Amino acid sequence: MKKTGAEIFVESLKQEGVDVLFGIPGGVVLKIFDVLHQQKDVEVILTRHEQGAAHMAEGYAKATGKAGVCLVTSGPGMTNIVTGLADAFMDSVPLVAFTGQVSTNLIGNDAFQEADNVGISRPCTKHNVLVKDVNDLARTIKEAFYIATTGRPGPVLVDIPKDVSTDKAEFKYPDKVSLRGYNPTIEGNKHQIKQAAEEIMKAKKPVIYVGGGALFSDAADELLEMAELTQIPVTMTLMGLGSFPGTHPLSMGMLGMHGSYWSNMAMHHADLLIAVGARFDDRVTGKLSEFSPVARVVHIDIDPTSIKKNVHAHIPIVGDVRSVLKQLNVLLRSLDGNANERKQQLKPWLGQIEEWKRGHPFKYEQDDKVIKPQYVLEKLFEITKNEGIVATDVGQHQMWAAQYFKGKKPRTFITSGGLGTMGFGFPAALGAQRAYPDKLVMCITSEGSFQMNLQELATAAVYKLPVKIVMLNNGFHGMVRQWQDLFYEGRYASSDLGKIPDFIKLGEAYGIPGWRAEKPAEVESVIREGLKYKGPAILDFQIYPFENCYPMIPAGGPHHEMVLEDPPDLRSGAKKKPIEEKEGELPA
Amino acid sequence: MEHIISVLVENKFGVLARVAGLFSARGYNIESLSVAPTLDPETSLITIVTVGDDRIVEQIIKQLNKVVEVLKVIDLTEASHLDRETALIKINTNTKPEHRDEAVRICDIFRAKIVDSSPTTYTLEITGDTDKVEALINLLRPLGIKELVRTGRIAIAREAAKVTTRHNSQQPKA
Repeated sequence: MKKTGAEIFVESLKQEGVDVLFGIPGGVVLKIFDVLHQQKDVEVILTRHEQGAAHMAEGYAKATGKAGVCLVTSGPGMTNIVTGLADAFMDSVPLVAFTGQVSTNLIGNDAFQEADNVGISRPCTKHNVLVKDVNDLARTIKEAFYIATTGRPGPVLVDIPKDVSTDKAEFKYPDKVSLRGYNPTIEGNKHQIKQAAEEIMKAKKPVIYVGGGALFSDAADELLEMAELTQIPVTMTLMGLGSFPGTHPLSMGMLGMHGSYWSNMAMHHADLLIAVGARFDDRVTGKLSEFSPVARVVHIDIDPTSIKKNVHAHIPIVGDVRSVLKQLNVLLRSLDGNANERKQQLKPWLGQIEEWKRGHPFKYEQDDKVIKPQYVLEKLFEITKNEGIVATDVGQHQMWAAQYFKGKKPRTFITSGGLGTMGFGFPAALGAQRAYPDKLVMCITSEGSFQMNLQELATAAVYKLPVKIVMLNNGFHGMVRQWQDLFYEGRYASSDLGKIPDFIKLGEAYGIPGWRAEKPAEVESVIREGLKYKGPAILDFQIYPFENCYPMIPAGGPHHEMVLEDPPDLRSGAKKKPIEEKEGELPA
Repeated sequence: MEHIISVLVENKFGVLARVAGLFSARGYNIESLSVAPTLDPETSLITIVTVGDDRIVEQIIKQLNKVVEVLKVIDLTEASHLDRETALIKINTNTKPEHRDEAVRICDIFRAKIVDSSPTTYTLEITGDTDKVEALINLLRPLGIKELVRTGRIAIAREAAKVTTRHNSQQPKA
């Protein structure tokens, strides 16, 4: 029996095991939504903005490792997900985005709500396709999921014209995909892996530098085994957080612009870098010409274009991180005659790192009058016992969350790294919560980022997604203000947001309760009250607005020249508005 | 350094835009570009001439390989190869009558062909490597070139020449 394109679409999603999609209907996708409405296997989460749908799908994908799915209409529906596509592309998130398109006979006519969906999304997707014939629909969907989730994951867009969703065809879901031009390398080259193992055993000052690739390939166990086997300290990129236990003695935490002093010093002095699923982003490397000046580089990545793009790799290994680490561990075990001897060999290096760590730990000055953001996060980490999932927005709070909220397990720290998308955190948290309804999901955000997608409060309320919105509210685009303090003589050009809106009242309008803390003494009780509440909740922490995030490598600076605290003129408060002035504007 | 890169792609809608977009998005140069179907009507061959140091060219080749519809990428510069381009040159023979004879003489020397003639113009066709085409253009310039069209270069590896294929370019050399 023949099925309509819309029915084929829904059947194909079922075949892919999709249980939820995020989206908003519109003229050309009404047929698809109509079919979705008449079945129960694929739930539709109606978001309030298409950008929210895309980020929710990302949050779902980052938390589960499965492809996230969104479905939006043509024209503005599609252009509204572009930020989500670009974000997913930068952070290698498996995302399948379905967009409606005007009927095939109207394409190119500047029809109502027509946009060149494939053209617009081409530079920010791993692959995209316009389906021109209903007979190609099932195969195209199969290929889209395959491409999105294999190799280096990424977003795939499938554009479905209205007549394709109403036309009929025989439905047969293909068993397998055959794409002549797509064949990611999984197994690493044996010879290269052997060379890497030899270098690793010889190194006196090695560092394992881990990126998001270790998470996508589920290589946490292999990574832990390698680090313990070789006693090599591990540092993670923002995207790699969670791949190695933050509390492990060999963990150096995050590196890069706001990473730990000791990890950056270790990177600078290392004689061997073992880059695992990382891409040497500029926020990580700082000044390229002074980056790890003496280190030899082993670079393991599934994407050949990541290798030797920014930094020369002496031993490049193209392959799936997990598969390569497995092979590498076998060799390391056979080469490692004596673990104790190995420990002795690396003792001076680990001692040196410990010294850097003792000298310049993460620190802030506690205050009994104003709430310090780091204190809120420390308390939250302590009270939640590192359980649950954290999704962050972008800015100072994101960096503090990375520093103070040491994600223990893979896929529990969800953040927008590459694109740095403010407004990502809240919808991503909702997506993660939909994936794990019983887990504690927290969105660590600030008022600047949150306001970029706050309309999704309605989605949280309607679908009863009990995300805890932890807002570090400083009334500023905080990171912008920090840079203005440091590099623009304290002129706060367009970074002062004021104390508007009153987020507790805003929440009330959506039936979402909120708690506010204005003094350090109130922090703990607000956290406890908020966490105790069964539904979504807003925790509004009125933090000290002038706190800056340290340590910091000024953009384009080298690793060993980290700025550790406010320079003296800032510390003296000469450039700062007095805190009382801001307090007067606080909502009642 | 100049590289001639041969890209075998699936003959599908939007593939050229994807390949060209990859160059523009990453700031790589395209010196010349030519596209046409191969023996197999389902595939097309794109020949791109680009300029860049080794690191950039390595990136270009890897990025091209990543495109789903790209089947094979060959950097012909690494192997012994032939390359050709064709130009159609319309010259003005109106100002001095002796220019018509001169044009025919130059044409003979270069083994170019006169493919169209009017009382005031000749149109010449030349096929050859870039040096030859450039040399002809330079000689014709004083006569007055009214219009010039070039195909961009196409290239082919000499038989038995060892070339980098998609398969081994994915495994970068140490």
